[in-house]
Amino acid sequence: MDGYPLFSLVPWTVFLPVIGLLLNLLVGKRLGEKGIGLIASLASGLAFVVSVLLAIALKGHPEAVTIPLAEWITVGEFNLSWAFRVDTLSVTMMLIVTGVGTLIHLYATGYMHNDVRHNGDPERYRRFFVFFNLFIVAMLILVSADNYLMLFVGWEGVGLCSYLLIGFWFEKGADGIGNARAAKKAFIVNRIGDFGLLIAIFLLFWNFGTLEFDGIFAKAAQAAPALLLAITLFMLLGVTGKSAQLPLYVWLPDAMAGPTPVSALIHAATMVTAGVYLVARSSPLYIQAPAAQMTVAWVGALTALLAATIAIGQYDIKKVLAYSTISQLGFMVAAVGMGAFVAGMFHLATHAFFKALLFLAAGSVILGMEHGEEHAAQGHSPGSHELDPQDMRNMGGLQGRMRTTFWVYLVGALALAGIAPLAGFFSKDEILAAAFQQTPAIFVLLIISAFFTAFYMGRQLFLVFFGKARSAAAEHARENPAIITVPLIILAVLSVLGGALNLPGVYTLEHWLEKSLAHVPKVEFTAWVALLSLAVALAGLFLAWLVYSQRRMPFKDTDPLARYLGGLFTAVYNKWWVDELYQAVIVRPYRRLAEFLAQPVDVGLIDGIANGLGSVSRSIAEQLRRFENGYVRSYALTILVGVAVIMAFLLFR
Amino acid sequence: MIIHPLILLTFFPLAGVLLVVFLPSESKKAIRWAALGASLATFAISLWMLSLYRVSESGMQLVINQPWFKIGASQVSFIMGVDGVSILLVLLTTFLTPISILSTWTAVQERVKGFMLFFLLLETGMLGVFLALDLVLFYIFWEFTLIPMIFLIGIWGGENRVYAAVKFFIFTMAGSVLMLLAILYLGLQAGTFSFTELSASRGLFAAAQTWLFLAFGVAFAIKVPMWPLHTWLPDAHVEAPTAGSVILAGVLLKMGAYGFLRFNLSLFPQATLQFAPWMAALAIIGILYGAAVSFVQKDMKKLVAFSSVSHLGFVVLGIFALNSQGMSGAVLQMVNHGLSTGALFLIVGMLYERRHTRALSEFGGVWKSMPILGGLALVVMLSSVGLPGLNGFVGEFTILLGTFGSKVLGSPWFAGVATVGVILAAVYLLHWFESVFLGAIRKEENRVLVDLNWREILTLAPLLIVIFWIGLYPKPFFNLINPGVEQLAALLQSATVALH
Repeated sequence: MDGYPLFSLVPWTVFLPVIGLLLNLLVGKRLGEKGIGLIASLASGLAFVVSVLLAIALKGHPEAVTIPLAEWITVGEFNLSWAFRVDTLSVTMMLIVTGVGTLIHLYATGYMHNDVRHNGDPERYRRFFVFFNLFIVAMLILVSADNYLMLFVGWEGVGLCSYLLIGFWFEKGADGIGNARAAKKAFIVNRIGDFGLLIAIFLLFWNFGTLEFDGIFAKAAQAAPALLLAITLFMLLGVTGKSAQLPLYVWLPDAMAGPTPVSALIHAATMVTAGVYLVARSSPLYIQAPAAQMTVAWVGALTALLAATIAIGQYDIKKVLAYSTISQLGFMVAAVGMGAFVAGMFHLATHAFFKALLFLAAGSVILGMEHGEEHAAQGHSPGSHELDPQDMRNMGGLQGRMRTTFWVYLVGALALAGIAPLAGFFSKDEILAAAFQQTPAIFVLLIISAFFTAFYMGRQLFLVFFGKARSAAAEHARENPAIITVPLIILAVLSVLGGALNLPGVYTLEHWLEKSLAHVPKVEFTAWVALLSLAVALAGLFLAWLVYSQRRMPFKDTDPLARYLGGLFTAVYNKWWVDELYQAVIVRPYRRLAEFLAQPVDVGLIDGIANGLGSVSRSIAEQLRRFENGYVRSYALTILVGVAVIMAFLLFR
Repeated sequence: MIIHPLILLTFFPLAGVLLVVFLPSESKKAIRWAALGASLATFAISLWMLSLYRVSESGMQLVINQPWFKIGASQVSFIMGVDGVSILLVLLTTFLTPISILSTWTAVQERVKGFMLFFLLLETGMLGVFLALDLVLFYIFWEFTLIPMIFLIGIWGGENRVYAAVKFFIFTMAGSVLMLLAILYLGLQAGTFSFTELSASRGLFAAAQTWLFLAFGVAFAIKVPMWPLHTWLPDAHVEAPTAGSVILAGVLLKMGAYGFLRFNLSLFPQATLQFAPWMAALAIIGILYGAAVSFVQKDMKKLVAFSSVSHLGFVVLGIFALNSQGMSGAVLQMVNHGLSTGALFLIVGMLYERRHTRALSEFGGVWKSMPILGGLALVVMLSSVGLPGLNGFVGEFTILLGTFGSKVLGSPWFAGVATVGVILAAVYLLHWFESVFLGAIRKEENRVLVDLNWREILTLAPLLIVIFWIGLYPKPFFNLINPGVEQLAALLQSATVALH
C-alpha cells in the first residue's frame, strides 16, 4: 500500500458516523433539530467522501488491501484483529451505503420533523439520528471487515439497529405493543440466521486455522467438498435471515412498523442486501460447492416468486413495497447462487436506488395523506380521525395534488417493473440472462416473478395516483417541501441512469468487481431474453391497467382482483398463512414446552425432590427460626461459634 | 514491604468492619460512607496488587506461605497466591462490592449497621476463596462466605426469606460436606494440604480420582449452579435484597466454576477427561433449560435467576471443553456474567424501589417515563444477549469456538446444540425488555416514575464502561487470563496423552 496513503483512511468510514452519533448523544439536546440533522447527515456524507477517495485510490491499485487497526481476540492459536479490507467489492458497498444513506439522512431531517410531531414526542428526534448513524457504523463494519468475525459484528450490529428503529415508536402499533413485537420478531428471526453464520465461522476456524478472508480463500480449493458444502449451507441460513429469504423472510413485512426512512435505508437499500454481499464475498467458497450454489439459487428464485404473489394482495402501500423487496432480494440471491455475482451486485445497486426512491416517495405520500387528514379534520367532524394513511384504498387521484411525488414514483415503479431503459431493466435482464444460460427452471420462476412485479406495481400506481380520491384525506393531500422532494429527485435520476453502471458491451461494473470476485462467468447479452423480459413487464402493467383503471375502485370496495381470483386472492391477502403456520408449529409449542419445564418439571419434580429430601431441611428451618431473633450481636456470636466449631473439628479430629 | 499485598487485600474489609462496629447504629449515613470507603479502599488495594502482578508470566504470583497447624501428620499452611485463573475474579469481587453497597443507599433502611458488617465480612470471605491455595484454608473461606449470605437473605430479604436462606444453606452444606471429606482424604494421603504440593504429587491419589472428582464436583456444581441442582437459586435471588443478588450472581456463583478450574482440573486430570462429556452435557441442558424456563417467568428476579442458570451453563461448557479457547472464554464469561447480571439485578432493584413489585405484568412502557434507565437497560440487556461489540459476545464466542474444536469432547454437536442457547437468550431477554420498557403505558403508576438520580447512574455507569471495554478491546483481559489457562491446557494435554 506504499504510495497509496488514501487506503489508510478506511477506518474513518466507521469513525466519522461514530463521532456523529456521540456528538448527538452528548450535546444534541442543546443543538435543536437543525443541528442534530446537520451533524448526522454530515457524518454520513463525510463517510461517503472517504468512500469516494477509496474508490479513486483503487483505480490506481485495484488489488485488495488490508488495513489493520488493533488486536482483538487472542486465545491460544486463535488470533484475530480489527482489520479493514479495501477492495472493489467492499468499496462498492461502502459507496452504496453511504451514498444512499446520506440522501436518506437528508430526507429524514425533514420527514422526522413531521413524524415526531405526528406521534407526539419531539424529544425523540435526536434518538432517531443517533440510531441512524449507528446503523451506518454497523453496516460499514460489515462491508469493510477483513475477516468473518468482524463481519459478524457488523452483521448483528445492523440487526440491532433494525430492532431499535422498527420499535422506534415502541408504544404504538396494535394494542400499543405491535411495533415492539415487530422489532422483537425481526431480532429473533435474524438470530436464527445468525446461528447458521456462527456455526459456519466455527467450521471455518477449525478447518482453515484463521477467519481472515485471504487466508481462507487461499486454501478453499484444497478443502474437502463436504466441509465446504456444510460451511456454505450454514452461511445460507444466515443469508435467509438477513436478506429475508425463505424460510426466514417473515420479519421483513412487519419491519415496516419503523418510520419510512428506516424502511428505505435499512429494510430496502442496504441492510437486507448484506446476505447477497456475504455470498459474493464468499464466492471462492461457493464456487467450490456447486450443490450449495444450486440451493442458494433455488431459495432465491422461490422467494422471488412467493413474495411477488403476496405483494399482489396487500393494501398497505409500504407492505407492497416490503414484499416487493423480498422478491427482488430473491432475484439477487438467485443470481449470486448461480455464480452470476456481478449481476447480483448490479441489481443490488440499482435496487438500492429505485427501492429507496419508492419507499421515500411512499413516505411522501403518507405525509401528504396525514396532512390532508389533519386539514379535513379541521373543517369537518373530528370523528374521521381513524383513517389509515397507508391504506391504498383510502388514496386515489393523488397525481393531481402531489405532482413531484407522482413523477418520481412513476420512475421508481417503472424501473422496478423493468421497463427499458431504466436501471432495473438492465440489472434484472442480466440476472434473467444468466438464469437462462444455466438453469432454465429458475429462469421460468424468475420471469413469472417479473410479470407479477410489473402487475403489482401497476396496481399500486393506479390505486394511489389515478382515479378519484377515495377519502377526504386524499382529497386534501398536499405536496411536501424541498427537503423531502429533492432527495427523491436525485434518487429518481439515479434510477434512470443506474443501468449505465454495467451496460451490455461496456460492463464497467464487471471489470471493476472482477478484481474481488473468485470467478466471473461471462454472461452474454441475449437480445430475445431482454425483449421477453420487457414484454412481460409491459404485459403486467397492461393487465393492471385493465383491472384497476377501467373499473375505478370505490372506497373500501373489494379489490376487483378478488372477484376474478376468489379464494386465491384471500390466500395471497393472508400471505399464504405462513405467519400462522410458524405460530402453530414453532412459537406456541416453544411456549408450551417452556411452561411445562417451568411448572411441572422445575417446581414440581426437581424442586419437589429437593424439598422432599428436605423434610429434613424443613425441620432444620424450624430450629433455625429460634435463632433469628433480629439481634446482630447474636448473629455475630453464631458466626464465631460456627467458625470455632469448624476449627476445633479440624484441629482435634 | 511490611504487609503482604494479598493479606492486606483479603482482610482490609475487616478494617471496615471494625470501623462500622464502633459507629452508633443510628448514624446510618456514617455507616454507609464507612462501608463504601472501606470497599473502595479494598478496590484500590486490588489495583495495587494488579500493578505488582507480572502479566505475561504463568504460575502463581505474590505467594505467601506460612505453616499454620497440623491435622494428624499433615501440614496445614496459610498459603495465598494469584494467577491468571483467579486474578480477574478477585478484581471482579472488589469492583462489584462498592457498587453493591452504593445500591443499598436508599434501599436498605433497617439495621444498616448489621447489613454493612455482613457485607464486608462477605467480601473478605470471597477474596479468601479466590486467593487461598491451601485446601483447608480454601474450605474455611468457602464456608465462611455462607454465613453472611444467609443472614443477608434471612434478615433483609423478602417475605419468604427464611425458607430461601435455609434452602440456600442446606444445599450448599450438603455439597460442602462431601468436599470436606475429600479434602481430608487428600491431605491425609499426601501429608499436606497445599494445593501446589498436592498437584505435584497427584499420583498418590490417582486411584481414587473418580470419587474425589465427584466429591469436589458436587459442591461446585451446586454453587454454580448446574442443572439439576439449581433450584435453590431462584428462591435465594427472589428473596435476597438487591445488593445480595448482585453479589450472589456476580461473585458467589463464580466460586463454583472457579473451583472446577482450580481444583478438579489440576488435581484430578484423568477423571476430568472422563467426566468432561457428561459435564458438558449437563451444562448444555442448563443452557437450554434455563433459557426456556426464564422465558415464562412472571417475576423479574426469577427471570434473571434462570438466565444465570443458562449463562453459567456456557461457563461450565467452556471449562470442560478443556482447551485454551474454552477455558479462557469461561473465565472471561464469569466476569461478563458478573457485570451484566449484576447490572440486571441493579436495574430490577431500581424498578422495585419505585413500584414495590417485580411482576412483569405491572410494567410496560417504562422507557417513556424513564428514558435514562431505558437506555442503560437496553445496553445491559444486549450485553446479556451476547451482542457483538459488548462483553457477552466475546466470552460466549470464545467458549463456543473452543467447544466446537474440543478434542476431549470430540464432537461439534456439543457446540452446535449450545449455540441454540444464543437464540433462546434473545427470546427471553427481549421478552423481558419488551414487557418492562416497551409498549404503551398500561398502569398509571408507570407514567409518573422518576428517572434515575445521579447516585443510581453512578452505580450502573462503571459496569457499562467495562461492558463496552471488554466488548471492543478484550485484549488486556485475555492477557491476564491466558497464561494461567495455557498451563491448565498443557496439563490436560499431557493427561490425554497419558490416557492413550
